[in-house]
Amino acid sequence: MSVREISQPTHSNHELSARQQATVRLNVEQASFAYAANAQAAPTFTLAGTSFQARERELVAILGPNASGKSTLLRLISGTIAPLSGRVELDGQETSRLDPRTRAQRIAVVHQESSILYAARAGDFVLQGRYPYGRALRLATSEDVAIARNALAQVGAEHLAGRTISELSGGEKQRIILARALAQQPRLVLLDEPTLHLDIGAQVELLERLRQLAEENKYAVVVVTHELALAAEFADQVVLLHHGTCLRVGTPAAVYQRELLEQVFEAPLDVEIGPAGRPRVHLHARRNQDST
Amino acid sequence: MRPLTLKRLVWTCAALAVVLLACIVLALKLGAVPVSVVDLVVNLGRVAIGQSDQLPTEYRLIIFDLRLPRILLGVLVGTALSVSGASFQAMLRNPLADPFVLGVSSGAAVGSVLGTLIAPRFAFITPLGAFLGALATIAAVYFLGRRDGQLDSTTLLLGGVIAASFLSAIVMFLTTQLAGRDLRGIVFWLMGDLSTPIQPGLQWIFGVGLLAGIGAIYTTAPDLNLLLTGEREAIHLGVDVTRVKLVVYVSASLLTALAVSASGTIGYIGLLVPHAVRLLFGPDYRLLIPASALCGAIAIVLADTLARTVAAPTELPVGAMTAMAGAPVFIYLLRRGMR
Repeated sequence: MSVREISQPTHSNHELSARQQATVRLNVEQASFAYAANAQAAPTFTLAGTSFQARERELVAILGPNASGKSTLLRLISGTIAPLSGRVELDGQETSRLDPRTRAQRIAVVHQESSILYAARAGDFVLQGRYPYGRALRLATSEDVAIARNALAQVGAEHLAGRTISELSGGEKQRIILARALAQQPRLVLLDEPTLHLDIGAQVELLERLRQLAEENKYAVVVVTHELALAAEFADQVVLLHHGTCLRVGTPAAVYQRELLEQVFEAPLDVEIGPAGRPRVHLHARRNQDST
Repeated sequence: MRPLTLKRLVWTCAALAVVLLACIVLALKLGAVPVSVVDLVVNLGRVAIGQSDQLPTEYRLIIFDLRLPRILLGVLVGTALSVSGASFQAMLRNPLADPFVLGVSSGAAVGSVLGTLIAPRFAFITPLGAFLGALATIAAVYFLGRRDGQLDSTTLLLGGVIAASFLSAIVMFLTTQLAGRDLRGIVFWLMGDLSTPIQPGLQWIFGVGLLAGIGAIYTTAPDLNLLLTGEREAIHLGVDVTRVKLVVYVSASLLTALAVSASGTIGYIGLLVPHAVRLLFGPDYRLLIPASALCGAIAIVLADTLARTVAAPTELPVGAMTAMAGAPVFIYLLRRGMR
């Protein structure tokens, strides 16, 4: 049904050319990976060669259902695992070959949930983002404090600095965790299902903020998510994964095709193009199909 | 924002050192034979200026041959157990971790007794056996505590409790095989006691081992702060987790081994002290480690003074004191964690 609409342009020509001129930060080229119990055993999960690029100021969503290879791709990008074949480069350097300290200065990773064991103050937690820059005891310099303050301000959480993290709400906690990532002054921000424990208002707020931060700080932002609607609304590019294979890379409008998404997410749905040129996804309850 | 500064670090430690000194003076004064503070200060002054030959004989005997070695032993044991407890808590991400609760102390006791049985004439075997025993136990408990590749808090603690009771039974069996077959030995290994001084030839090993263990752990203090928020997070912030694990597990096992081979299994100090320090000074490991070391020494010196005086002239094992204070705190922390 929706092929007609998909051909509609989703970005103005001006916007597109501006983006294409921007520097490529992240280059993922035919990167693959395989998990196995040991070196001799057959792999239990494989991620087939995947390629895409992320430019500065760009927000890329890695989209797919559970066990589609999203987290593996995120680990490849973060450099904690090296690809079996292909390359993952950040500003021309392979991420898995960077030493841990340099890597942490360039790539910030925000996880689903960061459980904090003891009653740490939010401000001290954000200062941990300066760890990769410090030496020996890593006592905070006045520059570190200024950067941490600025990071808190960027996520609108200056007033939370003195509070203990355990008493913050889910959305506030997420902002503090994001501020710690910003304090790393990275070039690439990776987020693993950042909206998982947030209510819908906080989800929208987080993604709007990410777009704005990418714009202000020239980050490339890569978000792993299974939220079809959020990716459609906020991503410049979508990388669609299914059973460890990259099925499609492109703008949300190019990737969001009904048959494709139905097959990947195993749910009946409709796709239409909204007024801003971005696709909208409607889910159907299966009972409608059963009754026909 | 109030980040830790060098000034606050130094001043806090200096203040705690003064408190520790005051506690040592108090512990020297109190006991079956009362000693006045004035006499104590005068005589300590004589020793300080090198006139120890002018000391009255009874002073030399009571203060310098009996009380002071015992107090210094307490300082060593309290420091070692507190720092090892604090570091186990960060590595295992469990506020209830403590060398006694995890069975590491009992493992060290088994290693120590076994070593003495195998090579009784080789004095160094006591701390060496304890070190190997402690290392083996923490490795075993760590793997017992894993579920689906993740450390599970409850499984870990249960694993530790099982290991502790199993190893304590082995200690009892082995102690009966030792020459003398006295029940005092069993009390020493199971409850902990400061009445047996370290053998003269071994003192330097304990001193160097203590400083090396604490120093090594302290180099990882900023890493431990990050590990508290999770291993993955720490890796992404640039922590070399494998190196930190190796350094901390080996050093914490060494510290436990030193404490246990010198004083038996004194319980709960590694749990009580870091918890109190967190309440007082916050959870930052850069301050927590030195503050726990000093507070651990203070706690044991006070507990042992109490143990010596509360039922004088009978002396209680110091482990009985720490267990009476520690067990309720453990239950409190456990219940708070469950909520």
